[in-house]
Amino acid sequence: MEGIQSSAQLTSWLAAGWVLFMLIHILGVVCFAYIVAKRVAPLIHGQRDLRFDQPLVRLGKVLKFWLGQWKQPRYKTAGTLHILIFAGFILLAMRAFTTLIVGVSQNFVMPGLSGRAGPIYNTITDYAATIVFLCMVVAVIRRLVFKPARYAVPAKFGKAHTADAIFLLSLIAILMVADSLFAAAKAAAQSQQGQFFEVLVAFSLPWMLQRVFAATALPTLGRIYFGAYLLHEITFYFLLCYRPFGIQFHVETSLFNIYFAKLDREILKPVRYGVSEEHLDQVKSFGVKTFEDFTWKHMLDFYSCADCGRCSDNCPANAAGRPLSPRFITIKARDYAFQHYPVLGRANNGTPLVGSKESGCIYSEDEIWSCTTCGACEEECPLLVEYIDKIVDLRRGMIDDGNVPQSLQKPLKALESRGNPYGKMEKKKADWTKAQEFRQACDVKVVDGKNGADTLYFVDSITAYDDRMQSIGRATAKILDHVGENFGILGAAEKDSGHEVRRFGEETLFMALRDHNVEAIKASGVKRIVTADPHAYNALKHDYKDVPPVEHISQVIAREVKAGKIKFNPVENENSVYAYHDPCYLGRHNQIYDDPRNVLDAIPGLKRVEMKRSRDRSFCCGGGGLMLFYEPKEDQRMGVKRVQMAAEAGANVIVTACPFCMVNIEDAIKVAGMEGKMTAIDLAELVDQQLVCGSAVRPDDLLVATISCHSEQSEGSAVLANSRNAADSSPLRSSE
Amino acid sequence: MEILVCVRRVPDTSENDIELNSAGNDIERDDLVYSINEPDNYAVEEALQIVARVGGNVTVATVGGEDDEEILRREMAMGASHGVLITDEAFSGSDGRGIATILKAFVQKGSYDLILTGVQAEDGGAQVGGMLAALLDYPFASLVNSIEVMDGKKLKIGREIEGGNKEISEIDLPCVLSIQTGINEPRYVGMKGIRQVASIPIPTFGVSDLGLDPSAVGEAGAKVKRVDYFVPALGKGAEILHGSREENIDKVLELVAAKGGLK
Repeated sequence: MEGIQSSAQLTSWLAAGWVLFMLIHILGVVCFAYIVAKRVAPLIHGQRDLRFDQPLVRLGKVLKFWLGQWKQPRYKTAGTLHILIFAGFILLAMRAFTTLIVGVSQNFVMPGLSGRAGPIYNTITDYAATIVFLCMVVAVIRRLVFKPARYAVPAKFGKAHTADAIFLLSLIAILMVADSLFAAAKAAAQSQQGQFFEVLVAFSLPWMLQRVFAATALPTLGRIYFGAYLLHEITFYFLLCYRPFGIQFHVETSLFNIYFAKLDREILKPVRYGVSEEHLDQVKSFGVKTFEDFTWKHMLDFYSCADCGRCSDNCPANAAGRPLSPRFITIKARDYAFQHYPVLGRANNGTPLVGSKESGCIYSEDEIWSCTTCGACEEECPLLVEYIDKIVDLRRGMIDDGNVPQSLQKPLKALESRGNPYGKMEKKKADWTKAQEFRQACDVKVVDGKNGADTLYFVDSITAYDDRMQSIGRATAKILDHVGENFGILGAAEKDSGHEVRRFGEETLFMALRDHNVEAIKASGVKRIVTADPHAYNALKHDYKDVPPVEHISQVIAREVKAGKIKFNPVENENSVYAYHDPCYLGRHNQIYDDPRNVLDAIPGLKRVEMKRSRDRSFCCGGGGLMLFYEPKEDQRMGVKRVQMAAEAGANVIVTACPFCMVNIEDAIKVAGMEGKMTAIDLAELVDQQLVCGSAVRPDDLLVATISCHSEQSEGSAVLANSRNAADSSPLRSSE
Repeated sequence: MEILVCVRRVPDTSENDIELNSAGNDIERDDLVYSINEPDNYAVEEALQIVARVGGNVTVATVGGEDDEEILRREMAMGASHGVLITDEAFSGSDGRGIATILKAFVQKGSYDLILTGVQAEDGGAQVGGMLAALLDYPFASLVNSIEVMDGKKLKIGREIEGGNKEISEIDLPCVLSIQTGINEPRYVGMKGIRQVASIPIPTFGVSDLGLDPSAVGEAGAKVKRVDYFVPALGKGAEILHGSREENIDKVLELVAAKGGLK
């Protein structure tokens, strides 16, 4: 390939330094190995975590999320930059190793690159280095000039990370420049001597540098060649050893973090991996109290965080000004690990994590209780860092220590003694079915020894006991009745699903509630379960075992609409614009996005808009279950923000499919002072309201049908009827 | 410090619909859920916090029946080292003085530096603490909402005076204190904790164990007898303001100021 003379000359330039280069190699590798060993130390102290199964599925994840950078495009600018940098790094990896080896073995050529592949690879990597360099420039400009809000560090979480970020970006830029200088000096020397030389591709960094060196004297080129090599080597090893001290450690850990990522995300982490429920009594301490209570994979999460801020950018608790920012759950734990397992010196482990700042704790109690487990952070994280399991584990630790806000103690106690957080009598659980008008339209039976049913309607506490939400229960029952379902409820035998009990960390109480319900469901002999509460749905589907298949009412409605069993009257008020709010436990946690939308779109004349944040980026309304009892410290309610988002989208009716969303959104409409301008209605209520009753519908029956359907006037219909133009705009009314 | 906390199991007012029975002399007790009397829970928490600071043991005792074991276990799960059930057929129907007499006999069986009760039982009359102190000839302070252990067998205690002022007193040990809610934030007792103490045996004490005269306690010794129990008729309802938001705000401020709520 190259003239012998030139090659000898060039190698002689490097040969002079090979002892030095060798020394740097050894020093660099030893330092890196030592630092990594120190970083692995806490992982060995961590709890068990079974992540070694299903290698093929895990490799698939690596292909999708690591090599494929799947989540990156969710943020367009940063995502594009990252994909370019990542691709550049992957391409440049072999070139970097070749360069490193060349310092000590001057004629080394990477196997496979000796033939024609060599120049092709060099062409690609010349561009790759150039692109990475340009990306660094853009990234630095972004950090310094545009300053995306999500990179800011609130004062309570410490100092800005900008300087460190720019330092690291600059090091990579220097590495790219050194690499290009090295190539350019070599090409310039060869070209000056009239030798055959590798053509540097146009407009690449090495190409530009080569033009600069066109007239440079050979000895100077030699010095540049040597200097560039030294700079490359020192920067490479400095970066290698510096990365484990900050956010760029993810360059090394991300592959492992994604390979070992949790596969069954919908199932909450057990109290201890490898300990069955029957043996839980032998576990002395529940949850995470000290750093070593985290599993090794959770610790790896801390190391892998790239500080990109996407989790907190999407966190509703953070947006509402609660003390929680998921990004800092990770960053604070990582800093704790660095401090308590130092690279130099002894480990200082076992100090409590949750408590007052003065006593050295890194998390405040409010921070940990602030999470609604909506899952927005996990949905966004490009590195698949897990948050909900950690929050729940920290709560388990607090519950175990009796460290629970008074506002949550009452409902927890009531759940223990009465099976619902309100402390209502069990015998009143079916009272919602006894409203006189409703009873005439739809008789809901309680399934017991005498009355059997195919389908169980699992109502859950809020729908059964809350005056407002009972309307959702009645609408659901009427829909099931309409489609000819042979259904019943458990009545007094139904206890709270325990969904939030578990997510608030009270595992033992959850197990008691679950066991009671599972037994009651089995005794009822039903073949399937339907619920209108996404939290109950999630519990029954993922937290319970050995129960019949479960569906959310929106799935039932969507299916029956398709089958033609459910037909709708047109929307009366043409000024109504509907926006569907995805409940977290229907959408993000169970991927039911389309069924509710399909149902809405099947209602004639219904105008529907999408909020900017919808589907897997839906914004939590404020949380359900026990979260309704918690008194958070916040600037603004999440629900108020959500209602404003709906208004921005041009909607005046928010449709949701969860009783907790209804509580939060209706409250928020009042708090935001938007009464009269915005209303909320549950999907089941809307469907019940628009339902064409009777099986065969003749056009002239429509009016009668609508009226009888309205016999039980739900809140939503009342509000709609109140709208100013209802009477004029309704085609039905005009035919009156 | 050895601390005895006298506790009681009561129908939980927040988790029951309290209704009169058909005879009209008591509440309907079927379907009721019971829990520890709330002020007693604060007393146990305070005892645990004192012991955590100065060392010692906390014993919880209740006069009642087998069903009352439940609250003893709950308080043991909180951290009390011993639970004692004082039970005897002869104790049923005791009035306040009867209960105080029984507790006095129990206190004299042991050696306690400090005896705490809740400020009152949710279904009672705030009488046992004071009478127990008098029977024991111990000093007594009621409505206590702060306790500081001082050197040499003394406590510094605080209590809130009507109107929000606070009074601090010194009291000699041994003494009896009735504890106000709000003195602390009682810890949560989870199901796991209760399960862990489920098999610890709870000793019982009866009339003969305490050397009591059966005729001095229980129904036989009671000099206060309940003759009626009723739910008072509802008074005038709340005032509902019908106006715009601004008008309502002005009206509320006016009403609160008129009642002396704003200065």
